[in-house]
Amino acid sequence: MSAATGQQHPLKLYFWIWGLLFLFSAFSYGTDFLPHGYFRWGLILLFMVAKAGFIIAIFMHMAWERKALIWAILGPPVVLLVLIALMVIEGDYTEFTRLNSFSAPIVPSGHAAAEEANH
Amino acid sequence: MAQSQAPATHADAETAWQSISTDWSADKQTFRVPWGKAMMWIFLLSDTFIFTCFLTGYMNVRVSTAVPWPNPSEVFGLEVFGVSVPLLLIGIMTFDLITSSGTMALAVNFGYRRDRGRTAALMFMTAAFGALFVAMQAFEWTKLITQEGVRPWGNPMGASQFGAAFFMITGFHGLHVSAGVVYLCIVAFKVLRGDYEKRGYEIVEIAGLYWHFVDLVWVFIFAFFYLW
Repeated sequence: MSAATGQQHPLKLYFWIWGLLFLFSAFSYGTDFLPHGYFRWGLILLFMVAKAGFIIAIFMHMAWERKALIWAILGPPVVLLVLIALMVIEGDYTEFTRLNSFSAPIVPSGHAAAEEANH
Repeated sequence: MAQSQAPATHADAETAWQSISTDWSADKQTFRVPWGKAMMWIFLLSDTFIFTCFLTGYMNVRVSTAVPWPNPSEVFGLEVFGVSVPLLLIGIMTFDLITSSGTMALAVNFGYRRDRGRTAALMFMTAAFGALFVAMQAFEWTKLITQEGVRPWGNPMGASQFGAAFFMITGFHGLHVSAGVVYLCIVAFKVLRGDYEKRGYEIVEIAGLYWHFVDLVWVFIFAFFYLW
């Protein structure tokens, strides 16, 4: 019964992954001390994907599931990349029109509201 | 019926694509896992869409605003003995959640070994780390609201969308952590009582899936909200 379907793996594997997650979290935190730019973004995404991969594959046991389940769960989120791409394009265009059409000096729009809140 | 069950017996020999067509077209259950596990995965899939929509919405307002975005590294920094350390609290929260993920993974392992005492203890430990996370988040929110004057409609540091994005994303995540703490405590209590001796301990793995997902979401929030 349960023993046939259960996910039983050596404890050593979990401790290894646990350690690696700590290490990559430390690396992730470390990127905050780097100057902003493509290099920093590359490292942020690299460590993020590595951590997500370890959690899904090992801790959530996806590496040992059958392909029917893996594809049914990990396939659909790929369409989200389309949404993200569209929103990047749309966001850039909105910023362009804002900078173009509002020529007055830009004041942080939160200023008035925040001052109100303080009084 | 007898024919449709035949492929299952030599499952190891089939290729990836053969196994997909076998599972989806065999006129029987598709996922060879307990139904509760399949349902949890499908719930987590829907949650993935919700959190991605939140993060995409945040990305869109951050990209489109003409006003500088508040620097998260400074906003979320803490002063320790007169030295300001960037993102200190967020870093501690990250390690706290990773630790809880590890204890949860061990709980699943001991569950399948039918070691009820250790399973329940590790699950309560996981829940305690989760509660600690929520407590730190409450501290973070309080500091942001009372000291920095951040509101969902504006803040003194820059773009007014900062507050709305922050409170919605971290709030929804915090809600997931809080629900997870309650969920884990209930399952741990039932493990201790011996409720799953007959049904088997998949339920611990299913609760674990939820908990690991909460940690997974935090990985993305940490990268996109705090490190950007």
